Amino acid sequence: MITLSKVSKVFGTRSLKSQPIKAVDEVNLTIDKGEIFGIIGYSGAGKSTLIRMLNGLETPSTGSVVVAGNTISSIKGRNLRKARQEISMIFQHFNLLWSRTVHDNIAFPLEIAGVKKSERQKRVNELIKLVGLEGRENAYPSQLSGGQKQRVGIARALANNPKVLLCDEATSALDPQTTDSILELLVDINKRLGLTIVLITHEMHVIRKICHRVAVMEGGRMVEQGPVLDVFKNPTAQITKRFVQQVTEPEETKDTVAHLLENYPQGKVVQLTFVGENTESPLITKLIRNFQLDVNIVQGKISQTQNGSYGTLFIHMDGTDEEIAHAITFIKEQQVGVEVISDAE
Amino acid sequence: MLNNWFPNVIWENIWLATKETLYMSGIALLATFILGIVLGLLLFLTSKGQMWESKFINVIVSAVVNIFRSIPFIILLILLIPFTIIVVGSMLGAKAALPALIIGAAPFYARMVEIGLREVDKGVIEAARSMGAKTSTIIFKVLLPESMPALVSGITVTAIALIGYTAMAGAIGAGGLGDLAYKEGFQRSKNDVTMLATILILLIVFVIQFIGDFITSKLDKR
Repeated sequence: MITLSKVSKVFGTRSLKSQPIKAVDEVNLTIDKGEIFGIIGYSGAGKSTLIRMLNGLETPSTGSVVVAGNTISSIKGRNLRKARQEISMIFQHFNLLWSRTVHDNIAFPLEIAGVKKSERQKRVNELIKLVGLEGRENAYPSQLSGGQKQRVGIARALANNPKVLLCDEATSALDPQTTDSILELLVDINKRLGLTIVLITHEMHVIRKICHRVAVMEGGRMVEQGPVLDVFKNPTAQITKRFVQQVTEPEETKDTVAHLLENYPQGKVVQLTFVGENTESPLITKLIRNFQLDVNIVQGKISQTQNGSYGTLFIHMDGTDEEIAHAITFIKEQQVGVEVISDAE
Repeated sequence: MLNNWFPNVIWENIWLATKETLYMSGIALLATFILGIVLGLLLFLTSKGQMWESKFINVIVSAVVNIFRSIPFIILLILLIPFTIIVVGSMLGAKAALPALIIGAAPFYARMVEIGLREVDKGVIEAARSMGAKTSTIIFKVLLPESMPALVSGITVTAIALIGYTAMAGAIGAGGLGDLAYKEGFQRSKNDVTMLATILILLIVFVIQFIGDFITSKLDKR
């Protein structure tokens, strides 16, 4: 559905002193039909520029962007406008027209596409139902909450039956509860309409909750990509590890572990990572039964992703070094990730 | 009773002068509104980062606007006499004041239009572009509706300035309340005529301000 090959974007600067800025650097990416693909990175990582190249709001300096069979990076004028009707976008700040009602905002892309008034009316009513805004048709955006505004944004984006939906930090301006309801709506749309969704975010929570695959961006480069669960299981880049920690570890983990290491110099603190089915197997029971160890559970968390669950557990094991080594080998045999924590870093 | 307060007033003349003032301001306002929006759009769209970005056109339009905005109106009136004679065929009467009024007010309004357009949320323009909107669609369905309160409050201010200009236009024989106040009231020392003309001009200004404020608040759904 979407193919990026060797895409770079350089922003020239007017003054001669400063170097041109490479916002996106040689990015290769393939996104399949019906997939929810997440791109995560901190601000300035180039993800906004990247997503804007998918609908031609930015043109790449080099490389090619193909979306739904159109080479977005090279088409212009009428063809580009036509192609954009198949690639919708929703925004962090919703970008609704304040001068239009909910109904008229949703009708706007239909007006652009030249849909007849009677059909427009019908389609708008369908969309209002789809996003759950019945009864608010004649309200103005200023009378809506953030979540409702984003629902209007989504309805507007779906009006022309697009093939791809681009989400530019679509939940970053919303509170956690509203974020969840908007994310659920996106998953629902993805399943019901088979829509390909590309989203950019700086919150791993969003990726975990709805994405099938994820790419991590840093300094314009794509440092890591793969199925969400795999990335959770084996984050390779340092930045990915930090993002994964955002959702797998409760905030106070570091402090707790540090405290533990201080108070129990004997024994070992071990981080176990479970993926998929083995999250549900009784590992700790087996450990205690088979080895001469004291096992103390420090902290744990299980996160649901679109392709399975993922959990982390911190335990403290006390016993002879030999016994601990045996135990670790045993855990590894159970397909559970083990990492011995020597200090809180 | 009115005749006691304003003994020297010939009511027919007052009525005629009021009509002339309203006629001059009305026509000039309409033309200023259209011309100002066109110039304002041109200034906005050719500026940096916009759809018709062109430094050349921007600099030229900007220079023209600034020049005509800077010339004191009374001087502009005199400078434009040859032009007025070509366009209107005469330099007397209310009609003859129109070219100067429009050329004086439109650049003033164009700047206000430009400021209004700048305040339109960039994200909304981007959203319209992402939907595949043409520039003309963006102008008529995004830029103008979204800046309408600013455009209306701008035209209100311009209308009031125009009323002031019409009084000056009286000096070159355009008629109107300003002319009446000057020739009848001042030169013939009939203070009551000056006073009445002033009251009427104030009334017109108040009414314009009231209507302008009312429409602006009705339009603004933010």
